[in-house]
Amino acid sequence: MLGLYLHRESVIHRLPAGVKLGGLLLVTMVVLALPGAWGALAAGFIGAAALVTARLPAGRVLAELRTPVVMLTLLFGFQSLLAGGGWEETAVAIARFAALILLATLVTLTTRVMDMVDLFEWLFGLLRPVGVNPAKMALMLALTIRFIPLLGDQVREVRMAQRARGVERNIAALFVPLLVKILTMADDLTAALEARGYDPADSGTKETGTKNSTQR
Amino acid sequence: MIELRSVTHAYGDRPVLHDLSLRLAERRIAILGGNGSGKSTLARLLNGLIVPTSGTVAVDSLDTRTDGRAVRQRVGFVFQNPDTQIVYPTVEEDLAFGLKARKLPKDEIARRVAGALERYGLDRYRHQPAHQMSGGEKQLLAIAGVLVLDPAYVIFDEPTTLLDLRNRRKVIELLRGLPQTVIVVTHDLDMVKDFDRALVLEDGRIVADGPPAETVPAYIERLG
Ligand SMILES: Nc1ncnc2c1ncn2[C@@H]1O[C@H](COP(=O)(O)OP(=O)(O)O)[C@@H](O)[C@H]1O
Ligand SMILES: [Mg+2]
Repeated sequence: MLGLYLHRESVIHRLPAGVKLGGLLLVTMVVLALPGAWGALAAGFIGAAALVTARLPAGRVLAELRTPVVMLTLLFGFQSLLAGGGWEETAVAIARFAALILLATLVTLTTRVMDMVDLFEWLFGLLRPVGVNPAKMALMLALTIRFIPLLGDQVREVRMAQRARGVERNIAALFVPLLVKILTMADDLTAALEARGYDPADSGTKETGTKNSTQR
Repeated sequence: MIELRSVTHAYGDRPVLHDLSLRLAERRIAILGGNGSGKSTLARLLNGLIVPTSGTVAVDSLDTRTDGRAVRQRVGFVFQNPDTQIVYPTVEEDLAFGLKARKLPKDEIARRVAGALERYGLDRYRHQPAHQMSGGEKQLLAIAGVLVLDPAYVIFDEPTTLLDLRNRRKVIELLRGLPQTVIVVTHDLDMVKDFDRALVLEDGRIVADGPPAETVPAYIERLG
């Protein structure tokens, strides 16, 4: 549901990642604090304004909301059936969360992963005293985002290869070759990271040109 | 110059390279050999991605065992499959990755990324997700991601194996124009023709070494 960065020349795209994420946090708190319909309305309004300002294709962005809205409807629908709430209340709750999801989607669509990663690296940096390696955490975040579509490709590939040989829809048969592929990819990836100068032992602190001479 | 002195390498207790001594000083060097002959192992030894079980590998007299990081700054490495080399979702961000790992200042990173985008014809893909690119474009990006780091040597491990004819030509053209010392593991005998030197590996031993005009026919003969 949270789309990948979509480049446009806009003010919103140029805003620092920290401002957008902070804004999202703030609006979320306000929306949850305001009484029902007003919160949803406010968030929806901000979302619509941001959508236009960011010059994003409205149809495509709203289409991304379809799945979460269906899920929310099911969730709140069941809840109101079980707990016996009124339908207005349910509709307002759905609208409120849908508006927040729209805002979150807008943040991811207008922020480059690298900028998001830099921000998280800084945030994780606050956790350094308890042994968190911010550079490593940030890289993990970037890799996750990069490899999700790749994983989808792998699943399709394995499935196709199996279908070609007459195996249909068998989770177990999918799992093993997929695992092998993922492990091989992880192996290659580790080597590639190292080859491009990424050092896992590096704590992410600024370094002033000195060369660390201990490897392995 | 990259120098190997009595290099032996084993995975566990299975030796795959046997007592190799080599001085690699030519500008274009090819490593040929059948599957499993030890080509990738040799290539990875050259930039310290792996260190030899015994013997030493030195790049401009830096020992890969003790100066791994400095060696990798000097020696770039391009793998066969671009998918596992591209770290960031979009082209521009991925080009910046290695530069960021070096902790270069932001404006220098931006300048070098812009230069690479233009030089390698990636400008129009700048903000595109890498996974939407074709195999050839992805390999071009993977190569650019290494070249942007400005290495003195570049090692390629089967860079054209997964590519179609047109993209293969593109990569070969790119290699041809590189000012760096280039060492290529390949099955692509066309690429090797105008190289200065070609080594042939068989079961972890060098069985031919010299100008491609001599070693390539020897290699083909051995295959047949
Ligand atoms: N990480 C590894 N662990 C164990 N054995 C390996 C590893 N990498 C390669 N080998 C083995 O070493 C031999 C040489 O492999 P490699 O250098 O990849 O050859 P080539 O690139 O010429 O195909 C092969 O028999 C291969 O199975
Ligand atoms: Mg190989």
